[in-house]
Amino acid sequence: MSNSNGQRITFTLDGREVTAAPGETIWQVAQRLGTEIPHLCYLPEPGYRPDGNCRACMVEVEGERVLAASCIRTPTPGMKVKSASERAKASRKMVFELLLADQPDRETEAHDPQSKFWAWTDRMEIATSRFPERAMPASDRSHPAMAVNLDACIQCNLCVRACREVQVNDVIGMAGRGAAEKIVFDFDDPMGASTCVACGECVQACPTGALMPATLVDAKNVRNAYPDRQVDSVCPYCGVGCQLTYNIKDDKLLYVTGRNGPANESRLCVKGRFGFDYVHNPQRLTQPMIRKDGVPKVANEVIDPSNPWTHFRTATWEEALDRAAQGLKKIRDSKGPRALAGFGSAKGSNEEAYLFQKLVRVGFGSNNVDHCTRLCHASSVAALMEGVGSAAVSATFNECKNSDVIVVIGANPTENHPVAATFFKNAAKRGAQLIVMDPRGQALKRHAAHMLQFKNGTDVAMLNAMLNVIVTEKLYDEQYIQTYTEGFATLAEHVKQFTPEEMAPICGIDADVLRTVARKFARAERAIIFWGMGVSQHSHGTDNARCLIALALICGQVGRPGTGLHPLRGQNNVQGASDAGLIPMFFPDYKSVENGDIRTKFETAWGTKLDPQKGLTVVEIMDAIHHGDINGMYIMGENPAMSDPDLNHAREALAMLDHLVVQDLFLTETAVYADVVLPASAWPEKDGTVTNTNRQVQMGRTALPLPGEAKLDWWITQEIARRMGVDWNYQHPSEIYTEMASLMPALNNISWERVERQNSVTYPSDAPDKPGRDVVFADGFPRPGGMAKLVAAKLIPPAETPDAEYPMILTTGRQLEHWHTGAMTRRSTVLDALEPTAVASLSRGQIAKLGIEPGDMVRVTTRRGSVELTARQDDAVPDGVVFIPFAFVEAAANLLTNPVLDPFGKIPEFKYCAARVEPIGAIPRVAAE
Amino acid sequence: MNDRPGSGRRRPPKTPKGRQVDPRALDDVRALLGDRPRQRDLLIEHLHLIQDRYGHLSAAHLAALAQEMKLALAEVYEVATFYAHFDVVKEGDAPPPTVTVRVCDSLSCAMAGAEHLVKDLPTKLGANVRILRAPCMGACDQAPVCAVGHLQVKQATPENVATAVKSGAHPHALKPETDYDTYQAKGGYRLLADCLNGKQTRETIIKAVDDAGLRGLGGAGFPTGRKWTLVRQQPAPRLMAVNGDEGEPGTFKDRHYLERDPHRFLEGMLIAAWVVEAADIYIYLRDEYPEIRLMLEKEIATIEKAGLSKHTRLHLRRGAGAYICGEESAMIESIEGKRGLPRHRPPYVAQVGLFGRPTLEQNVETLYWVRDIIERGAQWFMSHGRRDRKGVRSFSVSGRVRNPGVKLAPAGISVRELIDEFCGGMQPGHTFKAYLPGGASGGILPESMADLPLDFGTLEQYGCFVGSHAVVILSDRDDIKAVALNLMRFFEDESCGQCTPCRVGTEKAVKLMAKAPWDEALLDELSSTMRDASICGLGQAAPNPLSCVFKYFRDELKKPLGTW
Repeated sequence: MSNSNGQRITFTLDGREVTAAPGETIWQVAQRLGTEIPHLCYLPEPGYRPDGNCRACMVEVEGERVLAASCIRTPTPGMKVKSASERAKASRKMVFELLLADQPDRETEAHDPQSKFWAWTDRMEIATSRFPERAMPASDRSHPAMAVNLDACIQCNLCVRACREVQVNDVIGMAGRGAAEKIVFDFDDPMGASTCVACGECVQACPTGALMPATLVDAKNVRNAYPDRQVDSVCPYCGVGCQLTYNIKDDKLLYVTGRNGPANESRLCVKGRFGFDYVHNPQRLTQPMIRKDGVPKVANEVIDPSNPWTHFRTATWEEALDRAAQGLKKIRDSKGPRALAGFGSAKGSNEEAYLFQKLVRVGFGSNNVDHCTRLCHASSVAALMEGVGSAAVSATFNECKNSDVIVVIGANPTENHPVAATFFKNAAKRGAQLIVMDPRGQALKRHAAHMLQFKNGTDVAMLNAMLNVIVTEKLYDEQYIQTYTEGFATLAEHVKQFTPEEMAPICGIDADVLRTVARKFARAERAIIFWGMGVSQHSHGTDNARCLIALALICGQVGRPGTGLHPLRGQNNVQGASDAGLIPMFFPDYKSVENGDIRTKFETAWGTKLDPQKGLTVVEIMDAIHHGDINGMYIMGENPAMSDPDLNHAREALAMLDHLVVQDLFLTETAVYADVVLPASAWPEKDGTVTNTNRQVQMGRTALPLPGEAKLDWWITQEIARRMGVDWNYQHPSEIYTEMASLMPALNNISWERVERQNSVTYPSDAPDKPGRDVVFADGFPRPGGMAKLVAAKLIPPAETPDAEYPMILTTGRQLEHWHTGAMTRRSTVLDALEPTAVASLSRGQIAKLGIEPGDMVRVTTRRGSVELTARQDDAVPDGVVFIPFAFVEAAANLLTNPVLDPFGKIPEFKYCAARVEPIGAIPRVAAE
Repeated sequence: MNDRPGSGRRRPPKTPKGRQVDPRALDDVRALLGDRPRQRDLLIEHLHLIQDRYGHLSAAHLAALAQEMKLALAEVYEVATFYAHFDVVKEGDAPPPTVTVRVCDSLSCAMAGAEHLVKDLPTKLGANVRILRAPCMGACDQAPVCAVGHLQVKQATPENVATAVKSGAHPHALKPETDYDTYQAKGGYRLLADCLNGKQTRETIIKAVDDAGLRGLGGAGFPTGRKWTLVRQQPAPRLMAVNGDEGEPGTFKDRHYLERDPHRFLEGMLIAAWVVEAADIYIYLRDEYPEIRLMLEKEIATIEKAGLSKHTRLHLRRGAGAYICGEESAMIESIEGKRGLPRHRPPYVAQVGLFGRPTLEQNVETLYWVRDIIERGAQWFMSHGRRDRKGVRSFSVSGRVRNPGVKLAPAGISVRELIDEFCGGMQPGHTFKAYLPGGASGGILPESMADLPLDFGTLEQYGCFVGSHAVVILSDRDDIKAVALNLMRFFEDESCGQCTPCRVGTEKAVKLMAKAPWDEALLDELSSTMRDASICGLGQAAPNPLSCVFKYFRDELKKPLGTW
């Protein structure tokens, strides 16, 4: 413990006087100075502690009876270490020879003949072992993503640390003891039958090939594929923004590895690591298509994406672009600019988003541009803009490492932000108090100090009760409130009526628990709040977020390390697309379109007059189509025919359009209604920046050639713009970025070159050579006077509550394996294998009540529609609730959802409507009891 | 290749991933646990509850326990499968028969005919009884030993084992020779009272223990007074852990003292806790001593009721069949409810021990002597000793002597004197040939070296040590190679598996030693690495007997492998 006191340690390594930083191990010092010491169980990567078990790194320390493991031993002053003494070398060699005895034959059977283990045997010149071998376990190929071959296992424990300490998925253990010690999944179950969530961290850590991506091995479990090049990029899925490396062979993605980005620290989840082959799916659109003459658009019609020729014909780019642009132009010129609308995408780059909104504003001539942010965090954005003057997170999610109390409400991060969840779990293991609030149970429950499974839709009751406790017991931060907030007196008066005793029966959480949790939050040195769509996707979503903002503000839990407000953003670039102005009321950087001064600035920059009236939002646009006010649309990478609430209504709207241009990777459910379909670029096929939930602008790089005649999205948008009379001539996304950044103060000091060089830059950044700020609002808020505004929230019940006819609550969301509407993930072999079709999750009691068995088919009906799907028994779901993920077209959850909107954020109430669940098919069995 | 999304061609899983908790199993587990705390360090205790009640650990119960304790499935499984006294039964597998007979096959019992028992018992007991080999049960003076359930049958024969099986007897709290009342009547707990009343100072107690030269009698021999001083210097809260996991083959002295005079140990323990101001004391007792455990439960309740432990809190923890948990840091891991893997040093247990706190860890016997040393004075303790060694030592003697048992003898006595003066000489018909000075780990010495002083620090120069003072006497009827192989097998079985030299080394060594001729060069190389590169004493000492064969018994190398 001698060097934990912050002092540098001077000691002797191989006769040379050297110094070690506090905490630095002998191995690290040696490595730093160019002395290579073998290592197997030690992985010099973030999150991995040394374990010192393999004994491949032994060194001799003068005066000590036995050798020391250099990976775990820290030097003491004056210590004399010999890294290459005969005794040390002999032991290291013997360790390898012992392990080699039980390895599969390198020439014929080794699962990965180039593994770290074999590489070391080469360097140490150990080819054979003199020891007899022992019986080894059989191969386990039960998992679609990973090959398990424990005959190559050296019990180094790295996969256990990967699973337990790094990702905290807690599936892998080391069972038995001694020579019978064995890596197990749960209770020594086949990996594919275990609770494994396939993050693949173990595969990335394994030094022997005992655990490998299944794509790398042949039928005999021998590795037969090696990459010929690697490209560093960012994950195309959720808002966490994991940096990764594409490993490519013959222009195909072979496998993906995590990279040490600021958000992910080399971690990935199942989607990022194993869900990449959608880009190579045969259903990829590879040539432009035009709707055949005379083929009508019929709502809810299904087209086989493998055979679009029933409805479409191929076209040249020239013809397709002309047709696309002319159709839009004709509507603009005949019916006016507001008869057109555009949906951009949170899945594309910042440059694509910027260019798309610019096309709508400059080329179409209105502000009718929106994207799926409307469906996820629009209410959070509304509340945050109102309360703190900025919609972005106040602190990165990684800040939880500094928190004492972590609140996760209305979010299921282990499924939807899996890598962010790993950091929450790390923090909980470190001793932070994790407080989870969600009507459904979830994987975080096990790590939570408090799990508040409140009644669906009663967020405001629960949160106001907490505010009541904090106000009544004067647990708030008086000084902070005075310095940085306004409206406290009104809020305090308002929450008086919400006593824990009165709110307990409403929200279903005991008054004592409400008090305890409120006290813990208020008294915490550093508390942070994370929320997801369980908060936002309600008709009172903005009120929910207002409560959270008030909680943080009155307790002064904002603006310091480990504190803050963090709405977990859903898609890879939903933050960036919103920042770039892909929303109807704001220009880039959330500048109101209704403000004349701002408008003048953008009119100057873009060289044209701009519409002074804010545009319509996603759901409003669908209504406007029904009203005949909008007749033409350009939809890039969005799938409203799956993602909008009340799909019958939305699909009818899409079918009603006079002209629809769809630009996408696949013939999506939305493209079914298109007049022109333009084959676009997948994420690994393009250069561009994306901004994650942490405000980190990150660089995506071209890894693959475009398939067939598919084109880059920015190029397609530019070609349409040109044909609509806009004279653009961008040559590369960097030019678009530079223009965009010049109009966005948030991106000050963050040039394309800087992002290119550093891979990731957090905004705001105070200087080109200074890292961006992880925590903002240290000294006030971007509002008048620097004061945040406290807004009281009233109790508003969900718009449609259960009754005799529809006695249950339907709530929707996502699954770990599927993302958004499934266009990409359902075309990924591994993800599709893991979750092949739609399910309705029901409690054990509910299943019994229905008289069915898990796996039987049920029909779920609401006032808007009906779907049939498989019942899944899930103990996390409360009685009286049915949960359906919305990614599955065969039982689209959004046929059922209620399109009622939150008045401020215009977000639909995806999380709550009344439903009926009935058994179908076989005559219901009578329950055993 | 993908079909079209939405074809729904495959059935989705009927439940979330992995094994789901069966509500009935959860009810069982909740009923068993009652209002016991669900904290992680009680995992092994809770596993015992299930194993004791149901005779095995079903997957359903384990999954329910994991949920109840907020643990991962793997965390529960890996602990359950680490310890020999737990039987994990997965879905579809048959649970073990209701009766299990464990036959000790460690050296003293092997010499007394354990292999015959292993061979003969199945026929005698029939198919409804499970026969398992087991390591040393701490009754080597009564070899051979079996355990029916956990009730030991000493000087076992197929007949008396069969009788025990038939009787269905279970362990009961043993009645100590000196119970609480007797102990107190003879002046017991007066010293503790003096400490608590301020009539003694911590400094005088430490000084007395220092002056007496009391050393850790679990085997390491670390000066006790110095350890107390070191722990006292560490920041509070400090803890204490008592090592009652006497598992070194041939050792049964802690058992001896616990059965006879448990309160002398308990008083020493309470004094030590007072000295270092330990907030809690965890007594870790091996599962092979159930009658002592039941007795201690009662006696601890008695002293708690008598108000003798107000300065600390007492916890009695039950081992579950793992020799390695006698290693001080492995024991701490086990008390924390984990697999018993030794920790790396530094940091030392005195600095970072149980639950990350500074911890005083002491063996049972060390604490047993505290009262006598202080009451009778350090000089009394120091007045014993031969060959310049000071103090008394409790030798557990077994093997080919006429009167085996625990012998309280002067430190530095030679093995020849021990046999002749304390053990009534050799058994009739046996000629003294060799001896193990310190259990399985302490090496093997020939009769020609029978006049060396037995004490800490005297045998290391010969590649041996006294350790826990477990002396096993071998005769001309014992094959030295077979002895070495028996010991290496023991280490292979009991290796925790954490580090390569020990996990793989013991396994390879057994394979090499089981065939003739021994590959001396390779075994030597292997021994060096095990000694140099193993994490803990088990792997470091495991090659000692083997190396002794090469050093002192070269004639034996040519002989075929013997049996008993």
